[in-house]
Amino acid sequence: MTELSPLDAAGVDAAVQTALADIAAADSLDALKETRLAHTGDKAPLTLANRQIGQVAPEDKATAGKTMGAARGRLNKALATRQEELEAERDARVLIEETVDVTLPVNRALVGARHPLESMQERMCDTFVAMGWEVAEGPEMEAEWFNFDALNFDPDHPAREMQDTFFIDPPESGLLLRTHTSPVQIRAAMDRRDGLVDEGRGIYVVCPGKTFRTDELDATHTPVFHQIEGLAVDKGLTMAHLKGTLDAFARSLFGPDAVTRLRPSFFPFTEPSAEMDLRCFVCGGADSGCRTCSGTGWIEWGGCGMTHPNVLRAAGIDPDEYTAFAFGMGIERTLMFRHGVKDMRDMVEGDIRFSQQFGMEI
Amino acid sequence: MPKIPLKWLEESVSLVDGHTAEDVAAALAKVGLEEEGIEGGGVSGPLVIGRVMTLTKETASNGKTVNYCRVDVGEHNDPAGPGHKPDNKEEYPSSKGIVCGAHNFHEGDFVVCILPGGVLPGNFQIGGRKTYGHWSDGMICSSKELGLGEDHDGIIVLSSPSGESEVTFPGLVSDGDLVPGASAIALMGLDESTLEINVTPDRGYSFSVRGVAREYSHATGQEFRDPADVSVTGTAGDGFAVVVEDQAPVRDTVGCDRFVARRLRGFDPTAASPAWMKRRLDQAGMRPISLAVDVTNYVMLELGQPLHAYDLGTLTEPIVVRRAHTGEKLTTLDDAVRSLSEEDLLITDSAGGHGARAIGMAGVMGGAETEVSDATTDILLEAAHFDPITIARTARRHRLGSEASRRFERGVDTQLPPLAVQRALELMKEFGGGEIEDVFTDVDSTVALPQIAMDVAFPSLIVGVEYTPDEVVAALEEVGCEVDRDYESLLVTPPTWRPDLEAPVNLVEEVARLRGYDNLPSVLPVAPPGRGLTHGQRVRRSVARTLAESGLTEVLTYPFIAESRLDELGIADVDARRDIVRLANPLSAELPIMRTSMMATLVDAVKVNLGRGEQDIAVYELGRAYQGKNIGDVPAANPNDGRITPEEIQALNEALPGQERRVAGIMAGNRVRAGWNGHATAWSWEDALAAVERIARAAGVEVVVSQGARMPWHPGRGASYWLADGSFVAHAGELHPKVCETLGLPARSVAFEVILDPLIEEGEGSIVEAVAVSQQVVAKEDFAFVVAADVAAGELVDAVKRAGGEIVEDARVFDVYEGEQIGEGEKSLAVNVRLRSADHTLQADEVLAVREAIIASAEKEFGAQLR
Repeated sequence: MTELSPLDAAGVDAAVQTALADIAAADSLDALKETRLAHTGDKAPLTLANRQIGQVAPEDKATAGKTMGAARGRLNKALATRQEELEAERDARVLIEETVDVTLPVNRALVGARHPLESMQERMCDTFVAMGWEVAEGPEMEAEWFNFDALNFDPDHPAREMQDTFFIDPPESGLLLRTHTSPVQIRAAMDRRDGLVDEGRGIYVVCPGKTFRTDELDATHTPVFHQIEGLAVDKGLTMAHLKGTLDAFARSLFGPDAVTRLRPSFFPFTEPSAEMDLRCFVCGGADSGCRTCSGTGWIEWGGCGMTHPNVLRAAGIDPDEYTAFAFGMGIERTLMFRHGVKDMRDMVEGDIRFSQQFGMEI
Repeated sequence: MPKIPLKWLEESVSLVDGHTAEDVAAALAKVGLEEEGIEGGGVSGPLVIGRVMTLTKETASNGKTVNYCRVDVGEHNDPAGPGHKPDNKEEYPSSKGIVCGAHNFHEGDFVVCILPGGVLPGNFQIGGRKTYGHWSDGMICSSKELGLGEDHDGIIVLSSPSGESEVTFPGLVSDGDLVPGASAIALMGLDESTLEINVTPDRGYSFSVRGVAREYSHATGQEFRDPADVSVTGTAGDGFAVVVEDQAPVRDTVGCDRFVARRLRGFDPTAASPAWMKRRLDQAGMRPISLAVDVTNYVMLELGQPLHAYDLGTLTEPIVVRRAHTGEKLTTLDDAVRSLSEEDLLITDSAGGHGARAIGMAGVMGGAETEVSDATTDILLEAAHFDPITIARTARRHRLGSEASRRFERGVDTQLPPLAVQRALELMKEFGGGEIEDVFTDVDSTVALPQIAMDVAFPSLIVGVEYTPDEVVAALEEVGCEVDRDYESLLVTPPTWRPDLEAPVNLVEEVARLRGYDNLPSVLPVAPPGRGLTHGQRVRRSVARTLAESGLTEVLTYPFIAESRLDELGIADVDARRDIVRLANPLSAELPIMRTSMMATLVDAVKVNLGRGEQDIAVYELGRAYQGKNIGDVPAANPNDGRITPEEIQALNEALPGQERRVAGIMAGNRVRAGWNGHATAWSWEDALAAVERIARAAGVEVVVSQGARMPWHPGRGASYWLADGSFVAHAGELHPKVCETLGLPARSVAFEVILDPLIEEGEGSIVEAVAVSQQVVAKEDFAFVVAADVAAGELVDAVKRAGGEIVEDARVFDVYEGEQIGEGEKSLAVNVRLRSADHTLQADEVLAVREAIIASAEKEFGAQLR
């Protein structure tokens, strides 16, 4: 084999062409390494030709240098390009080879959950907190005065009898398990009375919590249950404000189309009093066979009314100066119809599968 | 609650044309009378009178005895001859074959049959079918199936000529109408609906057809015709002598303020009540008894005035209305002997002396000795007005709610007594003859209901609807008030049937409900800017969330326990958790006390899940535990003067038993389950401790751990947690093996219980002051200390931190070693210490100095040797 001359443009070009073909044909990084050695190594024709530049006639040196420079440039560029291509191919292949089955179970640690009655309470409170209301709480073991007297229950009111109320032993202790969260309304109003009277800060509170009545546990009753009540005391509050508040509350839980209706009723602590119904959010009143509303189109949700003047007086608030409204509903009942819970026992037995369905939020 | 037959209602108010029972219920609901149920109606097709010709008892393959009956149903009979297949092997006279499972009837009885093609309430379609080896053409009906209520067992027997069966509705269908094959629908009033309504305590007058008719008129504007609009004949005066001598008024109210008594002589005690009256009584839920009694009940249901008929011949003048004496007894109509209380109001007569003999518990139930019998020809009829509270107390004391007491305790119209007596005596006379005495007794000390002054604009101010003055006045007059208007001021006299109208707000409700609650606008009030959730509320949410996120599931348990649960938990006799609060009236005698620890009820949740096949269980609960000592020594008595003083509030609050908020958790089984990518990890004591640390972190509070815990924790694997001020806040660790065994919990279950209130209080208002994050390089130093095996690692680490001073960023134990390379009774604790200065790179000599200080301190305090 004769040595390639740096002045042999055609020969150099042919050598470059051969090298390019070899580079293109290299199908792995190892093959490319060999190709690189063959065409750019010490014994490669182009390397040898390059070395001869020093030996050509001075007037030809520029031409020889130019020819060889261009040739080496083309070669190196092709090598680099191919190197990149092959590396990319290798990387892609490795990523595919490393594929795992992402449908395998990944979390072997137990996953916890909140109890839906608790998350429901929080959600309800958040609606009111967003409107500037505050969340008031109070003791579950209460004095009879707060549970009944302050709420305008006559001493002879049947609710004071043993058949509904858990009394603390000895009976003359005057203590009981609160039968509703209404005593918290009194406590909250007393606590905030000075702000109302001295600074004109209206009282707007919701009172969620545990309540107790001597009902045996069955599908629709439980002796320990939860309520949320609301109380607003301010100048100029009317039943229209009560209705507006209930509508806002209903929309937050049942969507923008939720509608409420009030029906006259009686409670010792409100006058006028009303039962509050929610337009059936499942059938909208269109299905006489609807299971959620029993075909009536309405779901009984709670009681409400304008706070009785005697109740305001008990909290030290002048009913001639301020008016107030109050409402209350069962959280179990809300959970039952909002989520189709059929049996109260599921909520109280502590079976973790019940809470697990609801996860962290409601 | 009252049941109102619509046909009866229609006598006092015109029902809207084309009404259904549901329409009437909806109209009444609008004004505040809620529907409880609708009975009757819903029957169509051949429902006929049948006479049982033959009855054959057969034992079916399921062991049940059924009757194969051939029933004469007149024109509906099959012709004589072989029965319908499979009864075609026998010849029967003209009749129908019906299989019936009830056993309260006999051959010859008149019964009610629904035949194929008929429909029963609930759209229950009847057809012929094969059952119990026979062809059955329909059913013999029970009252329940006909929608007549569930008061009677078995099928309806209309008449039993043999006398062998008890007749279900005596006299409901007169004998002349008992024709086999005749339609029973109209005869039994099944074409009539009865509406049961729920009457709230303020509307006693709605315990009557009269009151409900008035309310229906309010709801619809239909014309009301007052059934009490009767003219009283004769004169009040010297009738049967009656005196009211209330020696002990309850709450300053004399027990009886009106007593009307009037005689009817020459009454035929054998006269029967008319069928329509019996039917209405039955529809209203009362059993027909005899003409005299039926009339008193009928008029009570119609007008709302309870009445009592005495056998005049058994009475001795005068009747004295007084309170019972100590030890006095009375046998009431139901033949029960009642021991009376000095608060019970009695009707007495003067047999044996003035007011010596009790003849009735006023307004609750009459006595047995003086009741009308089937031989009574002369009657004394009583219509009185009693104090609601007296009656309510007596009815409750004796657990004796009667139709009369239900009405009196809600309030009865004081003007009804003479009218009701007139109406009742006229009915008795019409159907049983006799002469109504011209002069009657009317002891009357009733006073008019107090007038209420109200500004005419007041209803608008409360309701938020602009009512015109005319609308307000009209509404009040509609409910029966008399209204004196002087410009803007109204002086309102409530009608005698509305003693509940006591204050302007009561009048507001009347205006609002008559004008309709559906007209209320919806206006959202704007509350002043609130303070958001309290610190405690936010902490409790964080605690609940962090526990759920670390794999625990929230449950809610009842707080009621047995005292033996405290024994099962191994709680010592002297322990605050033995300061129990006991219920006076527990739901279950087995669970009479309130939990003093969350653990006491949380174990039940674990057991429920174990019982349902779950093995890996981690539950938690936020709740309260209740502790109290000397409860009742200072009663939380009611301040009596209406207003409460701050001192009285404080006294009430101080009387409350302890009810701290707590959070507890129990974990059993695996925390991490075995899987394709690893082994299982069981819940362990460290997880319980880590939970407490998480809770403290959620509360933003530092807690200090110490070795050991009380029962129910393992003495060596339990920890106690304290606040910096030394107050106890938590136990955590492994449960005592004995407790697990006793309670059936998995071995090595772990648990924690934290008292939240002090944690919340400690963190309240504390503001974290930020320390600038140092940009300097960290120096890491490791130490391996050999110490006695009983040295607490935590204490050693604390000493290391103290000795190292400010530049110690963190120090933690990363290995514990006990074994061959270490001496007996010793262990090696490997501690990693991170050192960092806030302002410069630590120099080698600085690090060395700290290192030496740490070693020296560990040696001095714990005898630690560097390994």
